Amino acid sequence: MNRNDENAKPAGELEKLETLEPDLREALGNFKASVDAWSDAMMSRPREANAPARTNWSAVTKWALGCVVFAGTVSGGLYQNHKQVEAAKVEAARIAEQQRAMEAARVTNADEEDLMANVDSAVARQVPSALQPLATLMTDDEATGN
Amino acid sequence: MIKATAEEIAAQDFDSIVSSHRPQIFRFLLASTRDVDLAETLTQDCLLKAHRNWSGFRGESSVLTWLMRIAINLQKDHWRNRRMQFWRLTRTNAVDLNEASDWLPSGERTAEQRMLAREKVAKVWQSVENLSERQRTVFLLRFVDEMELKEIAAMTGMGEGTVKAHLSRALARVRKEFGKDTN
Repeated sequence: MNRNDENAKPAGELEKLETLEPDLREALGNFKASVDAWSDAMMSRPREANAPARTNWSAVTKWALGCVVFAGTVSGGLYQNHKQVEAAKVEAARIAEQQRAMEAARVTNADEEDLMANVDSAVARQVPSALQPLATLMTDDEATGN
Repeated sequence: MIKATAEEIAAQDFDSIVSSHRPQIFRFLLASTRDVDLAETLTQDCLLKAHRNWSGFRGESSVLTWLMRIAINLQKDHWRNRRMQFWRLTRTNAVDLNEASDWLPSGERTAEQRMLAREKVAKVWQSVENLSERQRTVFLLRFVDEMELKEIAAMTGMGEGTVKAHLSRALARVRKEFGKDTN
């Protein structure tokens, strides 16, 4: 109860201190009057009885469910779209690859045909006809049938 | 049946105590905090706490002293918690010092006198704002609630000498700041 009583040193000066100057006395009187007026006004004002803010769990649940459904729909759509884009890419790559293969095959076939044609012509030039030796033995008349 | 009657009497007693002392508790808390909502909340808390402990009140001091002691402790706890929850410091509803001094009754004064009086009241509010928590409590109990030193000592749990010391320092500080601005 009497803790900090060692702080009581200036206590003897209280009477002197409380002998207030008229100006300060008036100001303190007005201060008290203003506090009284304010307090009375606040005490007598009509107060609204605000219901304590309760958490509306059903609304929260509805919102949460709505958010989940919305997020699911959006992410599902995005996933589906992503999947389609990926599939289209794969398909395009496959077709491109197929076309490349076909092109390569076509080029290869053309080369082979050219090669075969060359070979045929070369063989035709170099290899004598099978009847050539006989033809040389035949006279021109026999050859012509005259 | 007898018990119920005793409880009813106790409840009636407490109701009359609430209606007679509530304005005084609210006024002190309002002057201390300058926050109407906070003062109302602390007043409610004070009366609730008093109601819960009403059976334990032994009458060693007056009811008002007991209630004011509860109110002062609640106020201390509030500021202590506020200091701990530093992020809440920005959320204060305390009114401006000038706004607080606007409540000065006009009385039979001229407009100029009213303005001067209001300025001086604002200076007192400013001085009170700069006091330490204990000095402010003692100062307000003395000059707003017009309590005797003995009562203030009982309400604050301080010794009478300590109350005098705090009051003396508070008054000196108010005088100094008041004089500094008015001269």
